[in-house]
Amino acid sequence: MFGRLSLDYLPHEPATIGAAVAMPLALIAIAVALTYYKKWRWLWREWLTSLDAKKIGVMYIVVAIVMLLRGVADAVMLRMQTALAVGDNPGLFSVDTFQQVFTAHGTIMIFFVAMGLMFGIINVVMPLQIGARDVAFPWLNSVSFWLFVAGMILVNGALLFGGFSNGGWLGYPPLTELQYNPGPGVDYWIWALQIAGIGSLLSGINFTVTILKKRAPGMTLMKMPIFVWSVLVTMVLVMISFPMLTSALSLLALDRTLDMHFFTSNMGGNPMMYINLIWAWGHPEVYILVLPAFGIYSEVVATFARKKLFGYKTMVAALVAIMFFSFVVWQHHFFTMGAGANVNAFFGIMTMIIAIPTGVKIFNWLFTMYRGRIRFTAPFVWFMCFVVTFTIGGVTGVLMAVPALDFQIHNSMFLVAHFHNVIIGGVVFGYLAGITYWFPKVLGFRLHDRLGRWSAYAWQVGFLLAFLPLYALGLMGAVRRIDHYTDPSWQPFFIVSAVGVLTIALGIGLFVLQIGVSVWQRKKLRDTNGDPWDGRTLEWSVPSPAPHYNFAIQPTVSRIDEWWYQKKDGVARPTRNDYKDIVLPKNSGLGVAIGLLCFVFGGAVIWHLWWLAALAFVGVIVVILVRTFDENTEYTMTAEKLYQEAKEARV
Amino acid sequence: MIRTKEQESAPMLGFWLYLMTDLMLFATVFATFMVLRHATAGGPSAPELFSMKTVLTETMILLASSLFCGLAWLALRHKKRTDFLMYSIATLLAGAVFLAIEIQEFAQLVHEGFGPSTSAFLSSFFTLVGMHGFHIAIGLLWGIALLIMFAKKGFGSSLARKFALFAVFWHFLDIVWIFIFTIVYVIGVHA
Amino acid sequence: MKKYRVMFGVAATIIILSLLGYLLARTGHYDILQPMGDIAKQQRNLLYFALLLCAVVVVPVFIMLGSFAWKFREGNKKAHYKPEWSENKLLEVVWWGIPIVIISILAVVAWSTSHSLDPYRPIASNKKAIEVQVVALQWKWLFIYPELGVATLNQLPVPVGTPVHFTLTADAPMSAFWVPTLGSQIYTMNGMSSQLYLIADHAGDFPGYTTNINGEGYADMKFMVHAQPEAAFNSWVERARGSSQMMDAAAYETLAKPGVITEEREYMLMDDNLYSKVLEKYMAPKDQQMDHSSSTMPVMEGM
Repeated sequence: MFGRLSLDYLPHEPATIGAAVAMPLALIAIAVALTYYKKWRWLWREWLTSLDAKKIGVMYIVVAIVMLLRGVADAVMLRMQTALAVGDNPGLFSVDTFQQVFTAHGTIMIFFVAMGLMFGIINVVMPLQIGARDVAFPWLNSVSFWLFVAGMILVNGALLFGGFSNGGWLGYPPLTELQYNPGPGVDYWIWALQIAGIGSLLSGINFTVTILKKRAPGMTLMKMPIFVWSVLVTMVLVMISFPMLTSALSLLALDRTLDMHFFTSNMGGNPMMYINLIWAWGHPEVYILVLPAFGIYSEVVATFARKKLFGYKTMVAALVAIMFFSFVVWQHHFFTMGAGANVNAFFGIMTMIIAIPTGVKIFNWLFTMYRGRIRFTAPFVWFMCFVVTFTIGGVTGVLMAVPALDFQIHNSMFLVAHFHNVIIGGVVFGYLAGITYWFPKVLGFRLHDRLGRWSAYAWQVGFLLAFLPLYALGLMGAVRRIDHYTDPSWQPFFIVSAVGVLTIALGIGLFVLQIGVSVWQRKKLRDTNGDPWDGRTLEWSVPSPAPHYNFAIQPTVSRIDEWWYQKKDGVARPTRNDYKDIVLPKNSGLGVAIGLLCFVFGGAVIWHLWWLAALAFVGVIVVILVRTFDENTEYTMTAEKLYQEAKEARV
Repeated sequence: MIRTKEQESAPMLGFWLYLMTDLMLFATVFATFMVLRHATAGGPSAPELFSMKTVLTETMILLASSLFCGLAWLALRHKKRTDFLMYSIATLLAGAVFLAIEIQEFAQLVHEGFGPSTSAFLSSFFTLVGMHGFHIAIGLLWGIALLIMFAKKGFGSSLARKFALFAVFWHFLDIVWIFIFTIVYVIGVHA
Repeated sequence: MKKYRVMFGVAATIIILSLLGYLLARTGHYDILQPMGDIAKQQRNLLYFALLLCAVVVVPVFIMLGSFAWKFREGNKKAHYKPEWSENKLLEVVWWGIPIVIISILAVVAWSTSHSLDPYRPIASNKKAIEVQVVALQWKWLFIYPELGVATLNQLPVPVGTPVHFTLTADAPMSAFWVPTLGSQIYTMNGMSSQLYLIADHAGDFPGYTTNINGEGYADMKFMVHAQPEAAFNSWVERARGSSQMMDAAAYETLAKPGVITEEREYMLMDDNLYSKVLEKYMAPKDQQMDHSSSTMPVMEGM
């Protein structure tokens, strides 16, 4: 009846008890505030059940930023520990806590921060950029989001009860098998990723269909904004790679729950199979995160340099090339497993080849700046920080792609520095630039620019302080994931690194402060004409905040940067007859229901409450059937109403 | 707003894309099976376990189900109500029989002490074949839902669209089964 | 002066960070950059070569980023403004071309060094390589010298100038064997043997680690290579052979239980087949019948 639930699983270390107390308190505080201000109904109607892609996108971003705070808190804990724990000093945390924290840090940053920001920004921007009123399957979009939330709750729930995995963010077996890890931690990790991962897979299908089927008339593939191209390529990657994650995790879960032997070290199991499967997903995943960021940089550079993006066709070709090559490089994550020299050399060279289109993109961005008129707003500063950071990361990446070199620096601190170099420099900076850039389109006012720039400077300096010492430590022979060490000459480097992490935390603080100050000064920062940056693409042609139907009149497109040229050429004002009735999706609470049921299902499997898992599974099927039989999911907005709203917006 | 033809075809495209992702899922489990099929850990191997007669029966039944599904689709196109009802019930019945045989086969193996924890080979066998069976079960549920819809509303443009998706799914499972039949059973037993 | 403020800020940040970096960097000893064996030395040289090659692209990128940003800032009305200029065949050929050339050079080097520095490739030497069998345990390293009749825990004495042939496995979750000063690391896995050739060219004590997380004692799972002149090594072997501690099946079973041991030990080797037995522990009965005699499995190739 109660599976393996037991009070022994309550947290019993100061650090985890602190988190386990603080988290529910924060939730209770939010609940009390919502009740006090009578906002529950508003929250449910306007946000939680909304099928408007922009609102779903904002919810993704809010969750991701909260998770960013959690992930950075983890990072601060890790570097505080290594700054102290030399020789006999045990530092602040037990080994088990430390290992759970770095596992949680990696898992949360990739799945619930980077992926969340990515899907958030895509939801907000992509339909607007292609001149669509919504994504192809609005309800599915809501389901994806709530699956993401379910996974997020499971990851954090581990803190409250049972503890998290200690197997690293990719959980290599046999360490994560029952033999070495019988507790619920690994199961939390598996089911959090599994549920969020299925959400991502559904989003991949949804966005691909949206781009292929819902573009404005006249917008051929080669007239799409470059961000949309990057999303299309990314979503193809999602569709091909995420099933591999699903199966790798499922098989590991079968090993753990039904005593099967896929990856165990006995009974014929083969752990190497898991490592191949997880990296066959994991490497494309890196590009899934970074390609949309590349798209954002392209938009930001062109807009703030007030110049057409250099080499549009080359940019598209580079994206497609990266997409293709990202599938033939996964073995470079385990050159040291002892595959033959030919295999290693092949994958090494394929990896290096990716550097070519990536380098080309950087040159294209630089020559977009050339002979432009550059405004150094916060998004542009993020872009400049990106070029500096990402280029260093690219170089160390090329070094690690040479198999004979990788034998020396693999799994050392050098590797840790390298992937933070590309992920922070490439992904995080990109999404923060994107949030700043498109913020006024959703909320109707700009973000405070100076605080944004300060945030970028703090991130940049903090980044260098935090990770350059790790490169040095790698060259000294420090391996990743150690919680203590004996060599006292390493300590100064770890201390500088800890200072760096705190500086990054300051950068995040400034970013949050920036949002707060901007809300405070929202009247002053109001975006009055919907086009605060003198933009180039369709999203800037509608008022800010964008109406929930995006476009009152279906736009048509005849060239790249349609809006830029429309502004130059001038367009006739629409008349009453240009407005047509439109059909929009009604709100639905069933997405929330699916997320909730999947959370229950995941929790039930983790704790071996089989009856509850079965119940939740049946529940999911029932909800899907209810939705299938519901024929009343859309409503019509009349041309007259659209006309009136557009008239008001213009005044 | 008048829906454009492009947007009408979105569900079909979406469904095809979903099937491709499902295919990837099957492909990785197939690959795992291929890697582990000789990892019997001293336990029984394919020739000792599988009865080709049962499997051949299963295959014929599933093929028949697919055939009925195609006939049901034709009946729907020609708006023949009784034919549609008959053939779609036949489709589901055949699917159910297939599933019953498979469950019986699994139960037999477990009863003999050769469950999925016996060896890596049997883990991958149960998972691969079981995953197909799970898809069949979902398909059966879906088919029943469509029949209820038909009972309530009869034909309508919406039923035709929904049934088309179901038919694609059902044929897809047939194709996957052919691969399982060939790789797991025929090659497994004879090689 | 406002327009120069950013420049000053950037310059000051770069100078402060570089100074700090320089001061910090002086305090470290860089095992990888100060190799003590031929393999690590070749890898160090390869590192410098690849780094220089990358600099050919990176330095111009940084210069262009800074100068373009400065020259084409909005306030500089003297600069050309060409909002429609977005294509130039020649330029695009140049920046497809340069990376292609660089990566091609690096690809050739990567191919040849993948073979010449392949961990499985014997080191050419007029001396016969010493055989060492490595077992990664939770959380300590057992080294078996089958030809010399000794075994050690957490210490790896080797003679200077003689190649060492490691055969490695694990009786623990996947671990990895790495001595930064000597070069190349390799994973150790249950029921499988990987191989590695290394050589020490200088005497000294060099730390070794596991680079792959394998549970609670991960950070404590270290060992020390004692590279010493041949004569010293030989007398160590003599001494160890007379050790009062024996390494047999029973001693191994005790040692293999999870737990951290950091002290260095030496044993008289009582069981020549100990390594094969560890390996077979993870093989199914059937596989054992087929593959009883050989201690290395060809499974690795092609994975």
